[in-house]
Amino acid sequence: MSASSELDDAAPAQSPRRSSRWLQRFVLVTLGPILAALVVSGIVLLLFGVDPLEYYGYVVRRGLLSSLGLQQTATRMAPLLFLAAGLIVAFRAGLWNLGVDGQFLLGAVAAAALAPSLVDILPGWAMLVAGFCVAALVGALWSVVPALLRAYQGVNEIITTLMMTFLGVSLANVLVKLVFLDPTTTVPQTRTLPVPDRMPRLFDTTISSGMIWGILAVLAVHLMMTRTAFGLRLRTVGANPHAAAHAGLNVPLLTVAVFAISAGFAGLAGASEVLGVTGNIQADWNPAYGLMVIPLVFLARFHGVGSIILIFLYSTLLIGAESAARRVGVPQDFTLVLVSSLLILLALAEWLDARRSWTES
Amino acid sequence: MTLPAQTASDMSEAVGLHTVTKRFPGVLAVDGVSLTVRTGEVHVLLGENGAGKSTIVGMLAGLQEPDDGHISVAGTGSRLDSPSASLDAGIATVFQHVMLVPTLTVFENLVLGAPWWRRPHRAQIERRIAELSRDFGLKVQLDAMTGDLSLGEQQQIEIARALLRDARVLILDEATSMLTPSGADELGAQMRRLAERGLAVIFITHKLGEAYRFGDRISVLQQGRMVGDIAPDALARMDEDAAIEEMVRLMFGGSDTSASLYRDRPAPTAAPLLSVERLGTEGGAEMMALKDLSFDLRPGEILGIAGIDGNGQKQLAEALSGQRSATAGRVMFDGADVTRLSVGQRRKLGLRYLTDDRLSEGTIGIFPIAENTVLKDIGAAPFWSGGIERPARIGAHAREVIRHYSVRAPSEFTPIGHLSGGNIQKVLLARELTGEARAVIFNKPTYGLDTRNIAASRRRIREIADKGLAVLLISTELDELIELADRIAVMASGRIRGTVVNDAGAGDLRLRLGRLMVDEGKMADTTGDAA
Repeated sequence: MSASSELDDAAPAQSPRRSSRWLQRFVLVTLGPILAALVVSGIVLLLFGVDPLEYYGYVVRRGLLSSLGLQQTATRMAPLLFLAAGLIVAFRAGLWNLGVDGQFLLGAVAAAALAPSLVDILPGWAMLVAGFCVAALVGALWSVVPALLRAYQGVNEIITTLMMTFLGVSLANVLVKLVFLDPTTTVPQTRTLPVPDRMPRLFDTTISSGMIWGILAVLAVHLMMTRTAFGLRLRTVGANPHAAAHAGLNVPLLTVAVFAISAGFAGLAGASEVLGVTGNIQADWNPAYGLMVIPLVFLARFHGVGSIILIFLYSTLLIGAESAARRVGVPQDFTLVLVSSLLILLALAEWLDARRSWTES
Repeated sequence: MTLPAQTASDMSEAVGLHTVTKRFPGVLAVDGVSLTVRTGEVHVLLGENGAGKSTIVGMLAGLQEPDDGHISVAGTGSRLDSPSASLDAGIATVFQHVMLVPTLTVFENLVLGAPWWRRPHRAQIERRIAELSRDFGLKVQLDAMTGDLSLGEQQQIEIARALLRDARVLILDEATSMLTPSGADELGAQMRRLAERGLAVIFITHKLGEAYRFGDRISVLQQGRMVGDIAPDALARMDEDAAIEEMVRLMFGGSDTSASLYRDRPAPTAAPLLSVERLGTEGGAEMMALKDLSFDLRPGEILGIAGIDGNGQKQLAEALSGQRSATAGRVMFDGADVTRLSVGQRRKLGLRYLTDDRLSEGTIGIFPIAENTVLKDIGAAPFWSGGIERPARIGAHAREVIRHYSVRAPSEFTPIGHLSGGNIQKVLLARELTGEARAVIFNKPTYGLDTRNIAASRRRIREIADKGLAVLLISTELDELIELADRIAVMASGRIRGTVVNDAGAGDLRLRLGRLMVDEGKMADTTGDAA
């Protein structure tokens, strides 16, 4: 390990050393915790008398290697990707929008309410576009209160967005049960969008094309944040609002814009799930995808490509664990053990990394 | 100048500093200071901001430890390595901003910090408070909610708390700065009574009248060094005017190293580029309001703004740059009213502001140098085209800045937070001069820099003015202003107290400025306004 500080390095010798340091850091803070989490969870499995290799084997076989499983994995990625896009914008701009679940559900309800009634009026693609637009708008609207409070009163958005999520989830439920209820079924749910009218599937598979749009959204957001003037403005506000105001940026306006974009993507995530996969919303439906994606985006250091890879791995885990749990006889909630140990080890690695760079500098 | 250590056998010593030195990154805050505070005396510490008073208070309160030298309490060496060690040694501090819990009652605040296993004896505390009220005229209502009390009443509680803990040394750090004149007089009378009862009181203030009326002994600090003191018998012989004159001399006089550096060139006569007319801003509890400020600044001219830190200089800079909205008056730039324009619009017109807060306002530490050089031009050509970043152009610009301003940095990708203050200052200066700069506001441009960088910065400021730019130079360093400025306006309490032409030949310039700075109302109008 080289102990010399980066500042002392002469410019020519820098690039190879920098890439080796980058690799070192990647192993320490990203790969390491993942492997360690697999080991820790494996030990838990062993304590239950389950062979961890068998469990992980099932997960990989079912979620990744079987054709049907892989298709399910890819389909599951769609809403997670849209959510990740929204979170990357917010987190890079230093705003902790933890209310994506409420924005997601209300967007989904908007799409589910609108799309079936537009089927007969508009051509298919226009109906889908309208559904996505309205979902984004509704999601964004749900962030207006936290956005204004944060922008003009400095109220901590972590609290307000979380509280708005409780309200949003309940409101979505009320809308499904009272306003948009499908009178023709006995189950409380919204009207169902017929399968042929949903988003097209990829080729001959069951994969929803939402995944492609989701990947595009994440990549677009990544490029926006790293390559455009608007992205740099947002990152400036995020890194230091004080300096942003000094540099002449309209901090309150940019704050509201970040919330609108972030929550808009959460609304799109809801639309992609409804218009691409489920076709309707059943009462009390709340997959809480947002809470799953937040740690993944953190793990990827708000990086677009990293987020896509991690969402893929996580979807594999979700799909694979469902059947693996059944086969080897552990509760399905075991996924949570794996995820939570991953988060703890991640935080640990982050701390070690910070301490290491502290001692080096 | 280092005074010899006081004789340690001085029996009346309450607390003493013995050739104490304290360094902070880039700053020598306290430089070999020796100071003896005696029991039964009100000892006044004077000095401009940055003279080292706060650091001395911090060391006595146990917040910081000296790097060199030592502190003694009652004649024996002591290590005050924590606030509780300091309290145990009998030293209590009342800070400028009250440190009480507003949502607790006065009684609860008084017993706060007692051992958790001991139940507070209400009757005993009531008895002692009654004694204190009788002896010192303290006004303490035990059951009042602390947050409902006025600032002066809250200070009484802090003093009561110190006395309950049997403090032998009471430090009042700018305790009168937030009080009304009558409140300050009451506090002063209390200080006298406390001293008569054998306490040592250390009183820090900027108001020289108070220093004379309440103090027994006065020590003056200048740039971390003890530059003189007025002993009780000497003080008793002076009347108030003579005492204030002497204090001003100690605070601002002395090392007139810069007198000969007056810029030998004719005063600029062009039409004013920047005109400020009766400018006012809103104030707050922690923020002084600007009142009725007017001045003109011509191209090629350096107008200095002198004043003790915190008298509205930062607000003036912010109001001119557009970061703070004006509530009265207007700002004219090149004949146009810019009072309502945004920061960005004013920058485009050529009005630039180099902030004094390099780290948390001027730059974003984690961003590379390259991005920091264009932070005020986000989206503008040639660094962006159609909103898309041109990293090659930004990089080339940053390398040019690094080369032209001799910034010591490994590359333009280095996070700017890794650089030293002087190098960050170079990058900031480059950023303000990018494009069509016509007037530059410098706020404490050399604050916290080392000697070499100070000299280089001053040279650059002069070059900028010689090129025909208008320069507003805000500084708390009189040397700097005398070295660079054509005229010097003095700010106190959010107003301009007077403007003096920099005729450095006249040796008493520092004293004239100093008198204006200390804001003794009667002196404000006596100096000729040469504007």
